[in-house]
Amino acid sequence: MLSVKNLHVAVEGKEILRGIDLDVRPGEVHAIMGPNGSGKSTLAQLLAGREGYQVTAGSVRYLDMDMLAMPPEERARAGVFLAFQYPVEIPGVSNALFLKTALNSIRKQRGLPELDAMDFLTLVRDKMKLLGMDEKLLQRAVNEGFSGGEKKRNEILQMAVLEPSLAMLDETDSGLDIDALKLVADGVNRMRNAERAIVLVTHYQRLLEFIVPDVVHVLSQGRIVKSGGAELAVELEQYGYGWLENEVQVS
Amino acid sequence: MPTSTKQLDELIGREYRHGFVTTLETDTVPRGLNEEVIRMISARKHEPEFMLDWRLKAYRYWLTKAEPEWANIHHPPIDYQNISYYSAPKSGKDGPRSLSELDPELLRTYEKLGIPLKEQEMLAGVAVDAVFDSVSVATTFKAKLAELGIIFCPFSEAVQKHPELVQQYLGSVVPYTDNFFATLNSAVFSDGSFCYIPPGVRCPMELSTYFRINEKNTGQFERTLIVADKGAYVSYLEGCTAPMRDENQLHAAVVELIALEGAQIKYATVQNWYPGDKEGRGGIYNFVTKRGECRGDNSHISWTQVETGSAITWKYPSVVLRGDNSVGEFYSVALTNHYQQADTGTKMTHIGRNTRSTVLSKGISAGRGQNTYRGLIKVLPGAEDARNYTQCDSLLLGDRCGAHTVPYIEVKNPSAKVEHEASTSRIGEDQLFYCTQRGIAPEEAVSMIVSGFCKAVFQNLPMEFAVEAQKLLGVSLEGSTG
Repeated sequence: MLSVKNLHVAVEGKEILRGIDLDVRPGEVHAIMGPNGSGKSTLAQLLAGREGYQVTAGSVRYLDMDMLAMPPEERARAGVFLAFQYPVEIPGVSNALFLKTALNSIRKQRGLPELDAMDFLTLVRDKMKLLGMDEKLLQRAVNEGFSGGEKKRNEILQMAVLEPSLAMLDETDSGLDIDALKLVADGVNRMRNAERAIVLVTHYQRLLEFIVPDVVHVLSQGRIVKSGGAELAVELEQYGYGWLENEVQVS
Repeated sequence: MPTSTKQLDELIGREYRHGFVTTLETDTVPRGLNEEVIRMISARKHEPEFMLDWRLKAYRYWLTKAEPEWANIHHPPIDYQNISYYSAPKSGKDGPRSLSELDPELLRTYEKLGIPLKEQEMLAGVAVDAVFDSVSVATTFKAKLAELGIIFCPFSEAVQKHPELVQQYLGSVVPYTDNFFATLNSAVFSDGSFCYIPPGVRCPMELSTYFRINEKNTGQFERTLIVADKGAYVSYLEGCTAPMRDENQLHAAVVELIALEGAQIKYATVQNWYPGDKEGRGGIYNFVTKRGECRGDNSHISWTQVETGSAITWKYPSVVLRGDNSVGEFYSVALTNHYQQADTGTKMTHIGRNTRSTVLSKGISAGRGQNTYRGLIKVLPGAEDARNYTQCDSLLLGDRCGAHTVPYIEVKNPSAKVEHEASTSRIGEDQLFYCTQRGIAPEEAVSMIVSGFCKAVFQNLPMEFAVEAQKLLGVSLEGSTG
């Protein structure tokens, strides 16, 4: 589904990613872990289509398309979703309008009829209930005045409504208390199926107790230094990133 | 230039849609301004003596004045002798008596603009007075309003039929000595709308004036006077367009509102004069004086404006809060794009006790547009317990435009509470990316973000007008993106 080959990326001349190779197949859950500044967020944002990054080498193919040539809205309509680490506020635009506009843009692309307000509300209310979200959040401006936990849950709500094929979650666990974390994890787990791929970007192993990944990659200084199963995350928790960095230097 | 800035530039690069010219035979006086021209305008209108006197006093006063220079606007000098001060469609020389007498070409013009002039379009529920160049060409629903004692007619007709009302109220809020442009208007104004709501009457429909400048090298100087007698209520809408021309045209209007005890006037404007082209050629110079007076206790005046047009906008719809417990409001959205300049805001003058005013201004600057909010909150010594709340927000699209906020506060009563909040933000790449990452097209995203920014003002517009205003903003910002 997603195939990243030898990807080098620079920001303002400084190389952040230095040769990433990553293959994600449908149905898989990958976790990308690494210390601060290792390039995990850059990778997620770049894949979602954010401007301001220079790809100096390598390629990214998604569903056999040259993903780097597509503007962000086309990637989104083709099923790429990023749950933001810092969800953006849009004053005066209701959460409902925002999400309905997004959903209908995607449905249109897929040749599906646009949902009217009633059908949309029915759909979204169900999903909100599962995430333990207050319905009032629908009429509030997008993320404005939301608590940290509400913002993160709002991201998961959007994911649940838009039903992406490739969902990337950027530090979705940060700032959540344990109850909120469980709700978010439940929301993500419910979306796991044979067609959908999920990429979790996280600093801590905590989230992975609730969403058990198939593959864990450790990113350090712009490279994937180690890949393994779910047990790799546990080892990292025990020994810290320093252990791996040393190991890399030794090898 | 970052891609998002380029996208924004494309988004805001749309053409003006009302830029067509209507070919009509017109009666236009030669360019230039002198006493003879003023006498001629007055004569064509068969005006009573007091009107001519007033005009001449204004003209003589005007000769002693110079254009104000304090506004944050720049333009080549205006040659007042190179403007024609009166132009009227010929077929309507003495004013058409009914719609059937209107030139069909004129009717088609208003149809093109989407203005319902035909009374058959009752469902629209809006009574319209249409001003084409210098004269008022049609007023709909007149008979129906007359049943309630409401007078809604062209200004020139009011001068004939209700001279006592005109004499009583004309210039009582904006005297002919008020400012350079208001003085000029007083001397040469040719028509406009007049509205009087008798005591205790709630006007059952929106009243509306539609202004259009068509003729080349003419200025438009209309004058609107609205009087809401005790306990009356009226909601009034004003819309404006003009053809595209390379030279600048002058529009210097005056609007006076008078609310007596317990009366309420809501005045909404959607101003879409031709803004000039992308290089800043042409466009309307809009120098307008709008002021309302809450003359009676418990009266209420609110201004709502959506300013998307004109090369230059110089306009400060204000409220004099004379009556005790009176309320003044100003809600504004001003958008400047390309080389447009807007210096707009309000003056709230608190004279009566327990008077309240609210100011909510939203400025949007794009391209090389310059947008200035200029506001004065004045609390006089007798205005016990006066309250004001002002909020000015500016939104910048791109990196070559400007937003400026110039608030003046003068408080002479220690019990007053005056609050001012201001913010400036840029449509962030963050907001845009957040929207596009959810599949929303960039142009739709910008339009959505801007509408959200203006929401609090749009809520004060009558329903259909709010939809129009939203569309207008959408049009001003929509376009193709890569």
